[in-house]
Amino acid sequence: MNAMDRIGASAIKRTKFVTAVSEIARNALIYGGGGVMTFHLHKLAGRPSVLAECVDHGPGIADVDRALQDGYTTGKGLGLGLSGARRLVDRFAIETLPGEGTTVIMECGAR
Amino acid sequence: MALATIIQNEFDQILANWMRDQGREGVRRTDVVSARESEAQSRELLQALARALRDTRSDDTFDFSNPGWDPVREALEHISQTRTESGVSPTEMAWFIASIKQSIFTILSQRNADDPKLLIDQVWMVTKIVDQMALHAISAYVDQREAIIERQQSEMTEVSAPVVKIWDRIVTVPLLGTVDSFRAQTVMENLLQAIVEREAEVAIIDITGVSTVDTMVAQHLLKTAAAVRLMGAECVISGISPKIAQTIVHLGVDLPNVVTRGDLQSGLSYAFERLGVKIGG
Repeated sequence: MNAMDRIGASAIKRTKFVTAVSEIARNALIYGGGGVMTFHLHKLAGRPSVLAECVDHGPGIADVDRALQDGYTTGKGLGLGLSGARRLVDRFAIETLPGEGTTVIMECGAR
Repeated sequence: MALATIIQNEFDQILANWMRDQGREGVRRTDVVSARESEAQSRELLQALARALRDTRSDDTFDFSNPGWDPVREALEHISQTRTESGVSPTEMAWFIASIKQSIFTILSQRNADDPKLLIDQVWMVTKIVDQMALHAISAYVDQREAIIERQQSEMTEVSAPVVKIWDRIVTVPLLGTVDSFRAQTVMENLLQAIVEREAEVAIIDITGVSTVDTMVAQHLLKTAAAVRLMGAECVISGISPKIAQTIVHLGVDLPNVVTRGDLQSGLSYAFERLGVKIGG
C-alpha cells in the first residue's frame, strides 16, 4: 500500500494491486503452507512500478496452465484467484516446481 | 535467625523501607496508583509473603506452585489486575515487585551479620522467591491483557455487523473494513436471523466501507446472497464503487442472481420498487 503511494499510483491501480496481492498471499497460505511476500520499487517500461514477489515452499502446482484457467480449483474457492490476479496486474510471472514450491511475481505501474 | 521469623518480626521496618525504595527507584506511579493504594498493596503482598514463609519450608524444596503460596499468588493477581486497569506497564509492575529485595536484604544482613553462610542462603532464597513473584505478576498481567483483548474482539465482532431494519420488510447490514471468513460468517448469521425476526423481504448488504473485494470476499457475498434467497427474501448488494466494480470484472467473478447497486440509496429505492412502497413527495 505504501509502495503504491510512493509511486503515486491511482486509486484504481492500487485497489487492483492490493486485491491481486491478497489473492496470491492467500494461495501461498492455503496451498503453499505459508510463504514470504516482498515488495520492491521497480521500473516497468521506464516508468516507476511496484513489484511483489511471493515465495512459498509448498508442494508446487502440478499443472500451471490448468491452474491459470478460470474456475479451476483443487480447493473450495471460486477458482479465480490465480487467473484473476494475472488480469489485475501489468506483469505476472509464475514459477513452480513440484515438491519445491511456487514463486509468483507481480508488477504494477502507477497508471 | 530464620527467614520467616525475621520477616515476621521486622514487618513494619521492611514495609517502610520498601515504600521508601519504591519512591527512590521511581517505581511508584503516583499518577495512576495513589500512595495509599500503593501502601495497601505493598502491605497485602508482604503479609502474604510472611504467611507463606511461615507455613512452608523455605529450603531447596521451595516450590512456588505449592498451595502454601496461594495467598501470595492471589495478592499478586489482585495487584496486577488493579494496575493493568490503571495502565501500568509490565516493566513497572516487575520493578515494583523486585524493589522489595533491597529492604529484605538490608534487614537480613543486620540480623545475621555473624553467620555469613546463613545470610547468603537466605539472600539466595529471597532472590528465588521474589523472581518467581515477579514472573507470576507478569504472567498475570499478560493473562489479564489477553482477557481484555478477547473481550474487545468479541464486542467488535458484534458491533461490526449490525443488522438494522431501515423500512418495513427491509433490513440492511453495512460492512466495513476487511471481510474475513469469521466476520463473513457472523454477518450471514446476523442477517439471516434478522430476516426471520423482522419478517424482511429484502436484505441489503452495503459494501461501501469494504476496502477490497477479492475472490474470497466475493464468495462470501455469494454464499450469503444464496442463503438469503433460500429464505425467500431477495438480496441486494449496494455500495459497489467504480474501483471495486473494475476489480471484480478483472477477477472474473460473476454475481448471478444478485441485484447490485452503486450506492445504498439506489439499493433502497430498488427495494421500495420491489415491495411496492410509495414515498410521498
